[in-house]
Amino acid sequence: MAEFRLPKNSRIKKGKTVKAPDGATNVRQFHVYRWNADDSENPRMDTYEVDMDSCGPMVLDALIKIKNEMDASLTFRRSCREGVCGSCAMNIDGLNTLACTKACEDIKGDISITPLPSMEVVKDLVPDMTHFYAQYASIEPWMKTGTPTPVGRERLQSQEDREKLDGLYECILCACCSTSCPSYWWNQDRYLGPAILLQSYRWLVDSRDEATGERLDNLEDPFRLYRCHTIMNCSSACPKGLNPAKAIAETKKMMIERQG
Amino acid sequence: MTLKTPLGKVRGFGAAKGGTHHWWMQRLTAIALVPLVIWLVVSLVALTGANHALLVAWVANPFVATLLVLFLGAAFYHLKLGGQVVIEDYIHSEGPKMAFQILLTFFCFIVGLVSIIAVLTISFGG
Repeated sequence: MAEFRLPKNSRIKKGKTVKAPDGATNVRQFHVYRWNADDSENPRMDTYEVDMDSCGPMVLDALIKIKNEMDASLTFRRSCREGVCGSCAMNIDGLNTLACTKACEDIKGDISITPLPSMEVVKDLVPDMTHFYAQYASIEPWMKTGTPTPVGRERLQSQEDREKLDGLYECILCACCSTSCPSYWWNQDRYLGPAILLQSYRWLVDSRDEATGERLDNLEDPFRLYRCHTIMNCSSACPKGLNPAKAIAETKKMMIERQG
Repeated sequence: MTLKTPLGKVRGFGAAKGGTHHWWMQRLTAIALVPLVIWLVVSLVALTGANHALLVAWVANPFVATLLVLFLGAAFYHLKLGGQVVIEDYIHSEGPKMAFQILLTFFCFIVGLVSIIAVLTISFGG
């Protein structure tokens, strides 16, 4: 059966509180998920009181400040700090998003931060992306052609055909959408999830690609594609404003179209 | 414990080469049920207070009987398709999953068929 409760050793306990320095007037509380494989403790929510007067505007700025000044053991991924790498995807205030593009002032009250839901945790806010990346590899996200590469020039694509890739190529594979999808929570072993299906559609509509039928064949499956029940959490979660639900719907339309 | 690679796990048994038909039939039956359910509800409300003889005469009308059979067919087919998805979504052990699928299919087929035969019996003056 689907599990609706966390296993006993995964239930979150209350953790420690790290106070803001004396004299801080503009203090906000950050509740951060902590878990370490090296001890046998349950996960816990630690509270950090951050002096916002000496902190940058984004949630990632606060996390970096916590790590630098309050608790060096806090672990999270980050790289570009401007929403193009997808490393700092996490659940902030109940919504999956990028810590680097989420402003603290857009959140009311205390700010709670947990790892992306339904993913196994490596440590603290770092989820294990192995399976997600293997799913990406499984759709063979590269151009497949039988026609030899033209000599001395690139493969041509009309402006109209290029425009079909807009809203798809921008995906940074942060996994905010897939990990917000209940269908992905229950069946990620077999369902590819919105991020991978959007990436898949990016190749399905690429006019230069010659493996459309083969790609559709690999999606013709009750789980890989059809576990999408149009819940649409993916489209509201995407920090890049993309619409994976539409890409999936278009893929289903292609499936129907090739049958009759 | 398994040392199967992540890609091997994802590829699994491969694509089942099916799913579109199921998805399409679920949409088709849903579309068909919209007017059928509206018709049925409006008709039943209009029949409020009718006695047994009047109700039997209503079912016996060939037009009404046809719509009732269409409604029952679409509804039980839709129930079978939808229930199958719910079972696949939430039940992950193969044994119970198969048992529930068999129960669901039998239930929809038997109850659906009995309902349709009941309508036909009245319609043909049984």
